[in-house]
Amino acid sequence: MSADLETFYEVIRRQGITRRSFTKFCSLTAASLGLGAGAATEMAQALETKPRVPVIWMHGLECTCCSESFIRSAHPLVKDVILSMISLDYDDTIMAAAGHQAEAILQETREKYKGKYILAVEGNPPLNEGGMFCIDGGRPFVEKLKEMAEDAFAVIAWGACASWGCVQAAKPNPTQATPIDKVIKNKPIIKVPGCPPIAEVMTGVVTYVTTFGKLPELDRQGRPKMFYSQRIHDKCYRRPHFDAGQFVEEWDDEGAKKGHCLYKMGCKGPTTYNACSTVRWNGGVSFPIQSGHGCIGCSEEGFWDKGSFYDRLTGINVFGIEANADKVGATVAGVVAAGVAAHAAVTAVKRIVKKPENVG
Amino acid sequence: MGIQTPNGFNLDNSGKRIVVDPVTRIEGHMRVEVNVDKDNVIRNAVSTGTMWRGIEVILKGRDPRDAWAFTERICGVCTGTHALTSVRAVENALDIKIPENANTIRNIMQLTLQVHDHVVHFYHLHALDWVDVVSALSADPKATSALAQSISSWPLSSPGYFKDLQTRLKKFVESGQLGPFKNGYWGHPAYKLPPEANLMAVAHYLEALDFQKDMVKIHTIYGGKNPHPNWLVGGVPCSINVDGVGAVGAINMERLNLVSSIIDRMVEFTEQVYLPDLQAIASFYKDWLYGGGLSSKSVMSYGDIPEHANDYTAASLKMPRGVILNGNLAEVLPIDLADPNQVQEFVTHSWYKYPDETKGLHPWDGVTEPNYVLGPKAKGTKTNIEALDEEAKYSWIKSPRWKGNAVEVGPLARYIIGYAQKKPEFKEPVDKLLTDLGVPVTALFSTLGRTAARALECQWAARQLRYFQDKLMASIKAGDTATANVDKWKPETWPKEVKGVGFTEAPRGALGHWIKIKDGKIDNYQAVVPTTWNGSPRDPKGGIGAFEASLLDTPMADPNQPLEIIRTLHSFDPCLACSTHVISEDGQEMAKVTVR
Repeated sequence: MSADLETFYEVIRRQGITRRSFTKFCSLTAASLGLGAGAATEMAQALETKPRVPVIWMHGLECTCCSESFIRSAHPLVKDVILSMISLDYDDTIMAAAGHQAEAILQETREKYKGKYILAVEGNPPLNEGGMFCIDGGRPFVEKLKEMAEDAFAVIAWGACASWGCVQAAKPNPTQATPIDKVIKNKPIIKVPGCPPIAEVMTGVVTYVTTFGKLPELDRQGRPKMFYSQRIHDKCYRRPHFDAGQFVEEWDDEGAKKGHCLYKMGCKGPTTYNACSTVRWNGGVSFPIQSGHGCIGCSEEGFWDKGSFYDRLTGINVFGIEANADKVGATVAGVVAAGVAAHAAVTAVKRIVKKPENVG
Repeated sequence: MGIQTPNGFNLDNSGKRIVVDPVTRIEGHMRVEVNVDKDNVIRNAVSTGTMWRGIEVILKGRDPRDAWAFTERICGVCTGTHALTSVRAVENALDIKIPENANTIRNIMQLTLQVHDHVVHFYHLHALDWVDVVSALSADPKATSALAQSISSWPLSSPGYFKDLQTRLKKFVESGQLGPFKNGYWGHPAYKLPPEANLMAVAHYLEALDFQKDMVKIHTIYGGKNPHPNWLVGGVPCSINVDGVGAVGAINMERLNLVSSIIDRMVEFTEQVYLPDLQAIASFYKDWLYGGGLSSKSVMSYGDIPEHANDYTAASLKMPRGVILNGNLAEVLPIDLADPNQVQEFVTHSWYKYPDETKGLHPWDGVTEPNYVLGPKAKGTKTNIEALDEEAKYSWIKSPRWKGNAVEVGPLARYIIGYAQKKPEFKEPVDKLLTDLGVPVTALFSTLGRTAARALECQWAARQLRYFQDKLMASIKAGDTATANVDKWKPETWPKEVKGVGFTEAPRGALGHWIKIKDGKIDNYQAVVPTTWNGSPRDPKGGIGAFEASLLDTPMADPNQPLEIIRTLHSFDPCLACSTHVISEDGQEMAKVTVR
C-alpha cells in the first residue's frame, strides 16, 4: 500500500477514538475471529500501518441477500465497517451516485488504486445471450466484472451465487449462470458460501483481509478454514439426540417440541460445512435447526440439485447408515462421521481447486 | 412528436435523451432513459429491467414442498414474502389447512418484514434523494438538537450527540475516502432541507442501520435465520413448548419475551423516529409534488395479513384488497386471481416471444420464451446499448395488466384503497398527516405521497405485530400449541393433478404465485411480482406502467445529474431480481459469450 493512503489507526484517532479503545477493539476482533492474544497485537500493528482499503462491491445475478446479511453484522457494526474500516467506494445497493457518476467511480478506482482494492462480488455472471441476461451500464455484467478483477488485489466471492452458482444455476441453468472463479482466473478468490453467508462471517473475512493484509487460510475449495472447516452436525446442540437415537418423526410432534434431532426430516447438517451451529445467526440468536427446520445445506456446492430438502441424506445411505440411525448409538455416529468424511474426500478430489497464494 | 397513451399520458420523445444505467440503491439491475424538452422537463420515459434469472423453469419437476426455498431466493431484500406466497399457493392447490398459531406466526414474520423493509428503504435506499449529507457538516448541533426535540421525544437528541456525530462525519469527509457517499449529488438545487434537518437525518440513517439488524431477530427466532428464514407447507417449522423437559429447544418463554421486546422497540422507533423524520422532511418538500403517475388513476392491492387461518377473503384480510380504475375512488373492484381474464401478462415490449403477442396470458397458462432483440431505432449494439427503442422490445420485465389495465401497486396503492374503503385505520392517519402538512388529499398522488404512505404503513405494521404476538400468547395460554398440520405432508396423499394460487402483499406491493402440480411434482410455476406491475414496459395498446408514468412532466434542474429521476424511482422501492425472475420453458442454450 502506498504512503498517501491514510491508515485505519489514523482514521479512528482523527475521529476521536482513544488509543485505549483502539487496543480494546483489536482484542475483541481477534477474539471474535477465534484468534489468540498474540493476534491482537499483530492486528493493532497492522491497523496502525495500513490505510482504509478501497472495496468495490459488484452485483451480478443475485437476490441481494448477501448485502442484506452483511448489514446485519453485530460485531463489528456495519456502520463502523463502512465509516472506519474499509472504504466502500462502489456498491450499487447503497451508493448515493447513479448512472455516469457511479460508472466513473469504477474507472477512477482502477487507476488510482491499481492492485490495491478488494473486489467483492455478489451474484454471478450469466454467459448465455452474450452475457446480456445481466446488463450493467448497457453492457454485459461479465465484461465489467473481468475489467474490475484485472486490477484488484484480491477477490471475495460472496455467498452461494458467486462461489457455486446458486439458485439460478440450478438445473437446467437456463442463463448459464457461472461461478466467478470460472471467469476470473488470475486473482486469489476467497469463497464465502452460504445463502446468504452469516453476517459476522462476512465482516470477519473482510476485516481479516484488511487488517492482516493477506488472505485467510483457505481449504481446497477456496473457503476460509476458520469458518468452513467443520460440519453443522459436528457442533450441533441437538447432536446428543442424534447419538441417543431421538428423532423428530413428523412436524410438530413430541420430538419436535423437545428439540430432538431433525435428521429424519431431511436435515443436511451432517454434510454441510458452515459456522451456523457455532457462530449462529443474527448476533447469535438462533440457527435453522434451533428453530425447528433442518439445515438445507445452503453453503454446499449445488445444494439445489441434491434432492428434496426433506429427503433423508442419500449420501449416507450408501454406507448403510439410515437403517442404523433408527436404532441408536454412539457407534452409529462414528460410522456416519466416517462415511461423511469419505464422501467429502471424494468430492474434494473431484474438484480441481488451486489454493490461492497469500499476498500482501 | 407527441402521442397520447390509452391510459391518459402524453409522450414526446423528440427532445434530448438521457440515460441512467445503472439505477443504484435498488435491488437488482435497472436502466431508465428519458427525453427532456428545451426546459429540461421529462416528456418521455423508458424503464428497463436489465437482468433475468429464471427461477420458474428451474422449479419444474421439483417437489412442491421445496418451492418456498427456491422462490424465497427470488429476493433477499423482501426475504420471506415469496416463501410465504409459495406455501400458500401449494396449500391452496392441495387444500391444506394450517393451524391458527401457524397463521399468527406467519403474520408476525410478514409484518416484521414490512417494518424492516420500509425502515431500510426509507433510510438507506431513499433518504439520500432528500437528504444532503455534505450540507449536514454546516449544521449547528444545538439547533439540530432543538429541531429533533421539537418533533419527537426520542432520547438520542442532545447537542453533544449531534456534535459528536458531526465531528465523525467531518473527519470522514475530510479523509477524501467518501465510500458510498462518493460522487453523490451534494449541493444539487433539488435538495431543500436546512443543514440541521440533514444532520438529524444522517444521525437516524446510522441509528436505523444499527437497529434494523435487531428487528430481524424475530425471523431468526421463528425461522432460524435472516435473510432467508425457513418455512413449511402446512404450518411453520418452529414448535411451541413452554413447559417441562425439552422446552429449551423450542419456542419457549425466553424466545417469546425476546420477540415481544423487539416489537416494543419497533413500535417506538417507527413512532419516535421514522414518522417524525418523514413529516419533517415532507414539510420542506411539499411544493415538490411530482411523480404521481398512475396512482391517481389505477391502483391495486391483493390484501394480506389474514385474521383467521385459511380465510383469505377480503373480510378476513387486515390489509385492504381491491382495484381502483381511472381514479374512481367511489368503486373498489373485487379481485379473482383464478379468473383467466383478470391478471394477464403481455410481452409485446418485453424480450420474450408469444405465439400471438397482441394477447395476454393468465399465469396458469404462462409462456416464457426469451427473445432478446433491439428495435430498429436503438443505438449501439446488442452488447453495448447506447439507447433503446421503446417502440420495439426493450425490457426483461413482462407487462402484467388487470383486465387490460396498467395499475400501480405498493404502500400508496394500499393506502388509497383503504382510504377509498373508508377504513379508519388507514384513512385517519392519512387525513392527519395531510392536515399537519397543510396539503390537499391530491398531494397523496406523488413521489412524496408514496414515501409517506410507506411510513404510515410501517407504523401500522408495527402495531399489528403487537396485536398478533399478543394473540399468540393468548392462544398458548388457552392450551393451543399446534404449529403444523401434517395430514397431507406425504405426496402419496395428494390428488394426481391440481392447481393453486397464493398471494401476499409484499412490502413493494401485490405478489401472486400460481402453481400446477402433477404426479406429486411441479408442472408449472409462475410468479407475478410487484415490480413487474410497477416497472412494466408498454402493453400492446401502448398503455404505460407506473415507473414510466411517474417520471413524466417532472422538471430536472440539471439533466446531467439525475437526482429527480432516481428520487421518484426509489419511491417505489424497485426490486428488479423479483420482477425479472421469469424463465424460458425449455431453458435452451442461447449464444454464448466467450470466456477470456
